[in-house]
Amino acid sequence: MASNAAIELVNITKTFGSTVANKDVCLTVNKGEILSILGENGSGKTTLMNMISGIYYPDSGQIFIDGKEAVISGPKDAFAYKIGMIHQHFKLVDVFSAAENIVLGLEDEKGFDMKNYVGRIKEISDQYGFDIDPNKKIYEMSVSEKQTVEIIKVLFRGADILILDEPTAVLTPQETQKLFAILRRMRDAGKAIIIITHKLHEVLSLSDRVSVLRKGEYVGTVKTSEANEAILTEMMVGKKIALNIHRDEPSNEEVRLSVEGISCINREGVSVLNDISFSVNSGEILGIAGIAGSGQRELLESIAGLQKINHGKIIYNNPKTGEVENLRDKTPRQIRDMGVRLSFVPEDRLGMGLVGNMDIVDNMMLRSYRKGHSVFVRRKEPQNLADEIIKRLGVVTPDSHTPVRRLSGGNVQKVLVGREISSSPTVLMAAYPVRGLDINSSYTIYNLLNEQKSKGVAVIFVGEDLDVLLELCDRIMVLSGGAVSDIVDARTATKEQIGLLMTKSREVSHDNK
Amino acid sequence: MLVATIIKKSVEQGIPLLFGSTGEILTEKSGNLNLGIPGIMYVGGSAGILGAYLYENAVATPNPLLCVLIPLIASLIGSTLLALIYSFLTITLRANQNVTGLALTTFGVGFGDFFGGSLTKIFGNGGTLSVKLSSDYFKTPLPFAKSLGWFGEIFFSYGFLAYVAIIVALISAFVLKRTRVGLHLRAVGENPATADAAGISVTKYKYLATCIGGAIAGLGGLYFIMDYTGGAWTNGGFGDRGWLAIALVIFALWRPNIGILGSIVFGGLYIAYSYISGLSRSAIAIFNMLPYVVTILILVLTSVRNKKETQPPEHLGLPYFREER
Repeated sequence: MASNAAIELVNITKTFGSTVANKDVCLTVNKGEILSILGENGSGKTTLMNMISGIYYPDSGQIFIDGKEAVISGPKDAFAYKIGMIHQHFKLVDVFSAAENIVLGLEDEKGFDMKNYVGRIKEISDQYGFDIDPNKKIYEMSVSEKQTVEIIKVLFRGADILILDEPTAVLTPQETQKLFAILRRMRDAGKAIIIITHKLHEVLSLSDRVSVLRKGEYVGTVKTSEANEAILTEMMVGKKIALNIHRDEPSNEEVRLSVEGISCINREGVSVLNDISFSVNSGEILGIAGIAGSGQRELLESIAGLQKINHGKIIYNNPKTGEVENLRDKTPRQIRDMGVRLSFVPEDRLGMGLVGNMDIVDNMMLRSYRKGHSVFVRRKEPQNLADEIIKRLGVVTPDSHTPVRRLSGGNVQKVLVGREISSSPTVLMAAYPVRGLDINSSYTIYNLLNEQKSKGVAVIFVGEDLDVLLELCDRIMVLSGGAVSDIVDARTATKEQIGLLMTKSREVSHDNK
Repeated sequence: MLVATIIKKSVEQGIPLLFGSTGEILTEKSGNLNLGIPGIMYVGGSAGILGAYLYENAVATPNPLLCVLIPLIASLIGSTLLALIYSFLTITLRANQNVTGLALTTFGVGFGDFFGGSLTKIFGNGGTLSVKLSSDYFKTPLPFAKSLGWFGEIFFSYGFLAYVAIIVALISAFVLKRTRVGLHLRAVGENPATADAAGISVTKYKYLATCIGGAIAGLGGLYFIMDYTGGAWTNGGFGDRGWLAIALVIFALWRPNIGILGSIVFGGLYIAYSYISGLSRSAIAIFNMLPYVVTILILVLTSVRNKKETQPPEHLGLPYFREER
C-alpha cells in the first residue's frame, strides 16, 4: 500500500504573516487515483497545491515522493519530480501556437525542430484523446482548448502527478464531461491526479477519494464510494460559530429594487447570469452567498449599469420622486445620481474606486467633481468629508493628505465604504467589504451597514463567510453558476442548507429528475 | 542610368534606418520600448569618428585594418554602454521606459555634438572633425562593382557596413522566427509572467536583447558618419533618422526582414525631393514628412485589421514584477 503512494504530505504548515493558510495538513495520493481536494474559498486548497508545485515553500512538514523525502524549492524542482500543475489562470502566450506554448522554456532538448515537437504533441493527444490542432494560435482558442494546451504542456514534460486547480470553473457542462473522460484515461494510465474543486457533484462523479480542508485545517479524507453530499457539506462548512453581530428587525419595508429575469453573457461568450429575479426592500440587508465567480460581481455591476444585460429588467422605485424606473436604460451616472451606490471591494482593493497615489481628500473629490461649476476645484467640502470619515470610521492615517496606497487594507476599505455611504444612498451594494479585515474593523463595517439599514436604505451585502451572512442579513440569496439557487430567511436558515445551495448545480438537478 | 542611381541613393539613405530598426525590433521583442535609439545611434556615430580621429592622429601611417576596426569597436562600445544604462534603469530599477529613453536621446545627441563638434577646437586644430582616410576604407565598394554596369551599381557599390546591415537583419529575422532563443525572447516581450513560469530568465533576455539591439542600432550612426557623409562631422547632421528608424519598426510590423525593404522605401521617400526640380524649401519639408505619413497609414491599417500578429508585443513598454505574496 505504502509503495503505491505517488506523493505524501505530512504535517504541512504554511503561514503568511499572521494568517495561517495551511495547518498540519496530511495527504496521500496514490498512483492511478484521482483525489479531490474540497473546501470553501480561502480554505487553503490553492496554497497547499502551490507548495507541491514549488511556488511556495512550506514552513514546516515533509513531502514524500515515491516514498522518498523531497525538497521542492522552485517550479524547476517540481518538474524534476514530475509534478505538473494546471493553474486556474492559464499561463499562455496569446500570439503563439499551441505547440510553441507547449515547448516554451524547454532547455534540455537537442535541437529546436518544431515539426518533431508537433509530432510528439500529436502522439500525446492520440494517447489520451485530446482534440487539438498544435498549430492553432492561442487567441483563436476557446477556454477549454486553452486548458487542453495547459494539460498537454505538463504531460509533454513527462508529469506523473497532475494538479488541476478548479479546472471546471470555466468550462461548459459538455466540456467538463470531456475533461473528466480524459482525466479518467490518465488515471487508468497510472498517473496520480489531484483536482481542486468545490463542486460536490463533480467530486462524487469523478474522484476515488476526497480530502476536505476547512479554514486551512485538514478535516479528513473519505472514500467517494462511502460519501454523499450531506456528509461532504458538513465536513466543508463545519459547525456554526456564534459571532453576535447586531441585527434589528427590518422596519418600514417597501420594495426598492426588483430584478426581473436578467441574463448576461460576458466578453468570452460565457453566460454569467442566468434568469435572475429577486427584490430588495428598504430597511433590510439582503445577503448574497455563493462560491467566488458565481455571478456576484456581474450581478452588482448590472445593477450599477456597468455590465450590459442581454435580457430582463431592473425596476427601481425612486423614493424621492415616487417614480418607477427601469435602470437598464440608464447610464451608470444616472443610476448613481438616483442613489444606487456600489462599493465593490475587489481582490485588488485599489483597482476599483480609489486612486492609490492620491490622498483621501482627492479620492473624495473623484465622486463629486461634477458638482462644481467653476474651473477651479473646491477642496473645502471634500476636505470636510474626508475628516468626517477619518473620525467616524476610525481610519488610521497620519492625516487626510496621505496617499491612499500607503494605508493598510482595512483602512482603504473604510475610506471606500465611507465615501459611498456619505452620499446618502437609497440602495447600497457592498461586495466583500470585510475581506482581509481584522475582527474590529469588520465590526465597524457591519455597524455601518446596520446604520444604513435603519435609515431605510436597501443594502445588498455580498459576503464569503457564511457565519457572518447568517447573523448580519435578513434574507440570503444563494447564487450558483450564475443562477439563483434559492432565497432563504437568514434567521432560520442553517449553514449546511446554504452550503448545499451554493454547490447545487443545474446539471445535477437535471440528473436527479 | 537614373533608376539605378535613385535605387543606390535610396539604399544609402536606408542603411542607417535599417540598423536602427533591426536593433529596436530586437529590443522591443523583449518588451522594452527604447526611445533612446536616436541618441544611441548618435553616440554610435560620434564614438566611431572619435576613435578614427584619435587613431589617425596618433600614428604616421595608419594601418587600413585598424582604420576600420578601431571606429567599429569604439562605436559598439559607445552604443552598448548607452543601452546598458537604459537596461539598468528600466529593467533593474524599473524606471519608466519612455522617460528613460527620451532622456537618453537628449543625452546622446548632446554627447555627439559636443565631442564631434568641439573636439578639434579642444585639441587646437580648429576646423571640423574629419577622418577622410578611415572613411575611404569604410566606403570601399565590392571589387567587381564597376565592371557590372547598372547591376553592379545597384547591388555591389556600397561599403561593407551596408551588407552587414542586411545580413544582421536576415539573421535577426531567422533567430526570432526559427530558434528557441527567439521563441523565448518573444515570450518575454509578450507575456513575461508566462515566460518566467516556464523557467526563462526574463531579466537576462531583456538585458541581452536591449544591449545587442543598442549595439546594432549604433552601427547605423557609424555607417552614416563614416560612409554616407564621408567622415566629416556636422552638428545635427544625423537629423531625424533615429526617429525614422523607430517609425520603420512599425512599418516593418516588427519583422527585420520586412525592415530591409522598408528601409529602402523610407530612404527613397527621404530623398525624393531632390529628384523633383523647382521645389521651394517649404515643399521640401513636406517631402521630408512622407515616411512618417506612410507610418501613420500603416498604423491605421493594422489597427483597423487588428490582427494579433501585426500588433506590437503585448507587454511592450511595461515593467515586469514577479507576482509575489
